[in-house]
Amino acid sequence: MHHAFVDRYSEMDSPIHRLDPRIKLVGFGLLIVSVILMNVVSFRVFGLLAGLFGVLVVSSQVPLSFILKRSLVIVPFSVMIAAFLPFMKEGTPIWNVDLSVISLKVTEEGIRLFTNIVAKSFFSVISVILLTSTTRFPDLLKALEALKCPQVMILIFSFMYRYVFVVEDEFMKMRQAKKSRSVHHSWWPEVKCLSNMIAVLFLRSYERAEAVYLAMCSRGFKGSVPYHPEFRLAFGDMVFLAVIVISLAAIRYVEYHHG
Amino acid sequence: MGDKVIEISHLDYSYPDGTRALSDITLDVREGESMGLIGSNGAGKSTLLLHLNGILQGNHCVRVLGMPVTKEHLSFIRSRVGMVFQDPDHQLFMPTVFDDVSFGPVNMGMKKEEVNSSVREALAEVDVLPLAGRSSHHLSVGEKRRVSIATVLSMKPDIIVLDEPSSNLDPRHRRELIDLLNRLRMTKIIATHDLPLVWETCDRVALMEGGRLCAVGETRAILSDEALMETHGLQMPYVRMERGKSK
Repeated sequence: MHHAFVDRYSEMDSPIHRLDPRIKLVGFGLLIVSVILMNVVSFRVFGLLAGLFGVLVVSSQVPLSFILKRSLVIVPFSVMIAAFLPFMKEGTPIWNVDLSVISLKVTEEGIRLFTNIVAKSFFSVISVILLTSTTRFPDLLKALEALKCPQVMILIFSFMYRYVFVVEDEFMKMRQAKKSRSVHHSWWPEVKCLSNMIAVLFLRSYERAEAVYLAMCSRGFKGSVPYHPEFRLAFGDMVFLAVIVISLAAIRYVEYHHG
Repeated sequence: MGDKVIEISHLDYSYPDGTRALSDITLDVREGESMGLIGSNGAGKSTLLLHLNGILQGNHCVRVLGMPVTKEHLSFIRSRVGMVFQDPDHQLFMPTVFDDVSFGPVNMGMKKEEVNSSVREALAEVDVLPLAGRSSHHLSVGEKRRVSIATVLSMKPDIIVLDEPSSNLDPRHRRELIDLLNRLRMTKIIATHDLPLVWETCDRVALMEGGRLCAVGETRAILSDEALMETHGLQMPYVRMERGKSK
């Protein structure tokens, strides 16, 4: 069975897809860190960042609709977390809501903080989506390995990537088998059944893990998985990194002097 | 026939919960031989296979290539005995086919160029060279089975052990598997209840039931012994009947 994959669109060919995965990891990492350190309050800084991301998205050829849809997974959370800030932050009140019990004050500083946090999280999420949808997941793992990420983490990611779909398939088959036998549709038995299914899924995964471990031992596993990262830096990689660094520096300059 | 590569003498094994799984198994396999291990479900075939590379160690009565299967010889024995598990989702655990096939050779300490060439050879041997960069969960059942076999061929083992290699395969892929097994020249041990497959690929057969070895002999002699097959919950393979007709 086929699913929408973690690295959907990663098989396409674009200037961004062709980059060395290590450079992409470093470049997008830089983007995220500098966006977090910036103060995205003025319209100018926001516009410049949006422009930079726009260029990246267009040159990656990943459909914008896909990126926006994926970002919906995270953005609502950051909006929810930041939603109370306009009321909490002390400062110049710009709007008063007078309910008979309490009165709420919306402050200018609060609004700024709110837009700042939402914008930052949005840009960070876009960076991650761009990175994962332009790099094949195995390549991403190899890039992490090459950049000296601890191997336990890489192993966890790699098994997750390999088996999440197997578990999903198992769950789908169980649900189909359940549907084929269930006649009544009331929600409480459904919920009870679902919890049983989750328990069964857990047990099966546990057993599968043991079987996989045996298969690994049979092929000489001794505690670490050797990868063979084979990357070669090209001129384009350096150009990409330079573009990222220079644009970030420029945006930072604008933020500092005119923000 | 060559030297004995696997010697099992009076092997007993009980699972940790006390269930007796194997009792008094004595069996030799010679170099270059293809040995079928047949028996109904729960006969102990898979448990016996797990003793051949030391995953289970019973009462230490197994010798592989003249060495006792004990802790100090495990890494050598595991590099010489290629074990293909029944479920390809267990056999293939790395992100890409290439990583999976290179897992064994890299663990054996081969050099990069050696690894690359042995992976390519193994993939070519089972006709799946173009799949090298793919992820295992994108493959079809037949492809997964072939790649599973390639994951051990790349280690260039002396002995290859297969657990139910034809399960879940459609007739065409099963046919291709049989041809592939007949092409492989190393010692083979095949546990299955696909008797026509045994008929076509094995020189000798060992019949198990209830954790015991009931009969060992020439494939044709055992599989055409109708009374023996019936008593142990098996059926004479259809190919046999067809051969009878054509005579």
